[in-house]
Amino acid sequence: MKILAVCGNGLGTSFMLSLNVNKALKELGIDGECKNMDLASAKTESADYYIGSPEIMEQLSDGKKKVIPVINMVNLNEIKEMLRTHIPEAK
Amino acid sequence: MLRSKLTDEMVQFIQGAKDWEEAIHAASEPLLKQGYIEARYVEAMISNVKNFGPYIVLMPEVAMPHARPEDGVNQMGISLMITEESVLFDEGKTAKIFFVLAADDKSSHLELLQEISEFLANEENVSVLLSAKKYEDVSNLF
Repeated sequence: MKILAVCGNGLGTSFMLSLNVNKALKELGIDGECKNMDLASAKTESADYYIGSPEIMEQLSDGKKKVIPVINMVNLNEIKEMLRTHIPEAK
Repeated sequence: MLRSKLTDEMVQFIQGAKDWEEAIHAASEPLLKQGYIEARYVEAMISNVKNFGPYIVLMPEVAMPHARPEDGVNQMGISLMITEESVLFDEGKTAKIFFVLAADDKSSHLELLQEISEFLANEENVSVLLSAKKYEDVSNLF
């Protein structure tokens, strides 16, 4: 499973989020990898899921992409909860 | 690495700011003064938020303004500003803690980001920052 952590310039916020998403995937036992990317590139990059702050997810959303909004980028419990809510395999 | 970067002169405590733009300007002041960044880096951080929204608010009350290395970073650095009153961003997000990140290349700051992430994941650390009034209150945290 490919997950993209997305932020404005793809360097700071999304990298930090990707670290925590990878930790969460491991703890949930999901076979997947999270990489980070800037918003403009992410628009044309395919992935199973996209994760980031709500306003970034709104800008990325095209009706087809599966987006996961997170408020707290460092709270592992919140990230796990959001993954569980959005990814059927994450039970 | 946080400990070595966040020296006394890189940490400030202020009452508040009239808006998030003023807060980013104030929070960047130590990096600008010491020559870590150029004035255009501050403008780039602000335009990022204008263009993409307040995604730099990493969690409630904590913002990490940053831009790209090529936007005017001379040397890798980080500054910290803590405000008494919450600063309002769009989307109803607010922040009292500002970590301004200046990365001089794409890889050098990854270790620093990991450290900040782990630091913020500890709620105790965040609550100490929120009630801190002077450098001595935070110097042992990092």
